[in-house]
Amino acid sequence: MKIRELEGLLSAEVLTSDQKLLDGIVYNACCSDMMSDVLAYVKDQGVLLTGLVNEQVIRTASMMDMVCIVFVRDKTPTAEMIRLAEDYDIVVMKTAYRAYEACGKLYTSGLIAREPQD
Amino acid sequence: MADNVVFHFDVDGEDFSSAGGASVTVKKKLRQLGISQEYIRRVAIAMYEGEINMVIHANGGTADVIVSDEEIKIVLADTGPGIPDVSLAMQEGFSTARDNIRSLGFGAGMGLPNMKKYTDTMEIETELGRGTTITMTVKIA
Repeated sequence: MKIRELEGLLSAEVLTSDQKLLDGIVYNACCSDMMSDVLAYVKDQGVLLTGLVNEQVIRTASMMDMVCIVFVRDKTPTAEMIRLAEDYDIVVMKTAYRAYEACGKLYTSGLIAREPQD
Repeated sequence: MADNVVFHFDVDGEDFSSAGGASVTVKKKLRQLGISQEYIRRVAIAMYEGEINMVIHANGGTADVIVSDEEIKIVLADTGPGIPDVSLAMQEGFSTARDNIRSLGFGAGMGLPNMKKYTDTMEIETELGRGTTITMTVKIA
């Protein structure tokens, strides 16, 4: 699924500036507010959905080579977080949906765990 | 690689928001050295968890990364309180982190288990009241 499709499915607002990155593909998703749990889950080209707002969210996604972060419940990252994400070429967006609803929308739209080569 | 490549970092224990900066730098440096993505990610995750632990529990410390032809060695040293029961600390889900740390997304008791999971060897030397040194290796040969 293209990151651009995520934006539409979640009626999300993209907060990072590089529009080209929206053509990137995500193959799977992870939803958690516990970053150590995210670090236990290794998949390329994933999207992280979270309600946690601090700079470690961006660093954790970078460690996992994730390409997109969605902040749920209209949580808004700081300007410094957005700058960090842009440094790492990660798309950041926010949605008004709660985590459960956001995950459900993505799952029923076909974003189930897949390996990048599938 | 003729000689080992060594990176040294001081990890600031006062600033949680900047924790992980050394791991991000190592990730970039290893990419420049042409190390494969799989090894880079394992090193970066293990080191990142270690860095976070040093900030949460030990008021910072030092991180050294030594890259040779055969392996990448990560040495994390602090002068914090030490680990009273290492085998208990290695159990997934066991944590002594305070609630304020959990609210920041860490302290789930996955740090040490993740470090072990992503590396080929991990040794913990710890002494109560003196500090902890964790040495991890990822084989790349």
